[in-house]
Amino acid sequence: MNFDFADESPKLMMLLWGLVAFVAVVGGLLLLLDVVPSWFARRREAQLVAASASGAPPPRRTRPREGLFALFFLLPATLLLLVGLVVPAIRTTLLSFMDGGSQNWVGLANYRWMFADDAIVRVLLNTLVWVLLVPLVATSVGLLYAVMVDRARFEALAKSLIFMPMAISFVGASIIWKFVYAFRGDGQEQIGLLNQIMVSLGGEPRQWLLDSPLNTLLLIVIMVWIQAGFAMVVLSAAIKAIPADIVEAARLDGVSPWQMFWQITLPSIRPALIVVVVTLSIATLKVFDIVRTATNGNYDTSVIANEMYNQAFRYGQNGQGSALAVFLFVLVIPIVIYQIRNLRQQREG
Amino acid sequence: MTTSTPTLATGTQQVDERRGTARRVRKRLNTRVATMISIVIALLWTIPTFGLFISSFRPEDQIKTTGWWTFFSDPQFTLDNYQEVLFGRSSSSGQLASYFINSLAITIPSVLFPLAFAALAAYALAWINFRGRDWVYIAIFAMQIVPLQMALVPLLSFFSNGVSLGGVTLMPAWDLDGAQKFAQVWFAHTCFALPFAVFLLHNFISQLPKDLMEAARVDGATHPKIFRTIVLPLITPALAAFGIFQFLWVWNDLLVALIFAGGGDETAPLTVRLAELAGTRGNEWQRLTAGAFVSIVVPLLVFLSLQRYFVRGLLAGSVKG
Repeated sequence: MNFDFADESPKLMMLLWGLVAFVAVVGGLLLLLDVVPSWFARRREAQLVAASASGAPPPRRTRPREGLFALFFLLPATLLLLVGLVVPAIRTTLLSFMDGGSQNWVGLANYRWMFADDAIVRVLLNTLVWVLLVPLVATSVGLLYAVMVDRARFEALAKSLIFMPMAISFVGASIIWKFVYAFRGDGQEQIGLLNQIMVSLGGEPRQWLLDSPLNTLLLIVIMVWIQAGFAMVVLSAAIKAIPADIVEAARLDGVSPWQMFWQITLPSIRPALIVVVVTLSIATLKVFDIVRTATNGNYDTSVIANEMYNQAFRYGQNGQGSALAVFLFVLVIPIVIYQIRNLRQQREG
Repeated sequence: MTTSTPTLATGTQQVDERRGTARRVRKRLNTRVATMISIVIALLWTIPTFGLFISSFRPEDQIKTTGWWTFFSDPQFTLDNYQEVLFGRSSSSGQLASYFINSLAITIPSVLFPLAFAALAAYALAWINFRGRDWVYIAIFAMQIVPLQMALVPLLSFFSNGVSLGGVTLMPAWDLDGAQKFAQVWFAHTCFALPFAVFLLHNFISQLPKDLMEAARVDGATHPKIFRTIVLPLITPALAAFGIFQFLWVWNDLLVALIFAGGGDETAPLTVRLAELAGTRGNEWQRLTAGAFVSIVVPLLVFLSLQRYFVRGLLAGSVKG
């Protein structure tokens, strides 16, 4: 075995340091908050005893230190959020108005570039196709499956099968599906399942991932494959939450399963449906790993998040990369506003 | 409701019976179609993984020349692929054992830190009275919608250049190398996880019974004491839910690791290495298949053993924006 365990010791040491830091910070904070107030309490007690002994009026009670506690409880989280999220997000917005090296202000040039460059327009269109298709297909499949296996035998097992891809990384899933799409020349035995099916149906094997726009659709299949499980679980829980007497009443009225689905099930789970579609839309907008692993964004398959990475971290174009990030953020906002309005309506209704 | 209702009203036994049979047949047909469709979906969702799994145990020349389904007519079994991809020393082999340790070293602290900080913050937001509490909560809640892409460029320059304002250095560069770079990844993952973590844990903590808290306060317990002895034990399921969530997210993440860990075998996790192998050696299926499974096995085990908590967290958290 050529693997040398000694090479790994610095990493394990670093991991140990990380754990020590964790214990020190969290334990230290709790200890500090425990010890300091009790020290104050003891001192106050001593003052009271001394005051009653000498007959002087007792010292005024200091105001409650609730706010101080809150400050220390919130300190780590808020500090990290400011340093790691808020300030960087503001800086990114500023950078999007500057040139590639972040030296000079260029106004809206980066945004103009985004909508003028044919390659980037293609990227935006691809992202649009992703956002339209993934939530629609994944939710439909998840819903269909949730309805079909509801109260069937082996329901738990059947659900686990669909849910399992959620545990697999996007990178792993992309490799799994790349293997399905694998290609070998005409006349050779195929190793990819899809081409094997093509050949056995009398067709010719194809390089699936090279042909635009089909390749984008095949990448979308990977995302749907991962996310349908999420849709299925949430919707299945919603279906089970429909009051039994409504279902029973409908059944007594002789409603067919088809009518039952459209008139009882669907309206009842509408809130869950919206949550699923919104969550999937946001996740899809940010999709990066699949495109990067399967095609590296070549052959007209790139999407915004992938292009943002390329511009900022491979071509050193911080301005253009930041502009793409800001655009991504802007795209998320209306979806979230829609979601919040829906939640509020639900509460009122 | 149905068209046959008038007939039914006449009440003849025969019609009633015929209608019952028809309904039963239609119902059975429905369940049969439903079963068929769900089996097709289930197959579509499992066969790709299954094919890759089978392939990872086939000899190299077999994987590259014949489909994995021929395994059933001509079974040949080997563990060489795993041996090669995990421990092989040539640069073209995976060396995944090394990356596996990186994944562990990245993931464990990246789960613990946000878990602890978010629990503290969520407690303060739910049970300590102070001015502006609602505003702080709303602000943290709203941060969930900021895509992490918005933070990447400045955060990287924060690590490599430090912070200076008008020529005054407020914070020196971190200047990390080798295994120390893990700290950057922990930091980034912790920041990005906090908004959702605070939101999820706040949902649970704020629903604890008010009487319990007040009784503890009357008994003279301080906030740290209540947090440690009452709240933490009660929210264990929520902590587990977020822990699994964050574990899967960090272990499976590619983007954050790619930017903050670099690509070398000193710090890069499995996902980065696998994505690289898929790009540069896309036809070396003997390595990709085994490698993919090395990366899948840990999250799959965590997931299958703790699925109950995960689903609960998902249902509680999916109300987010």
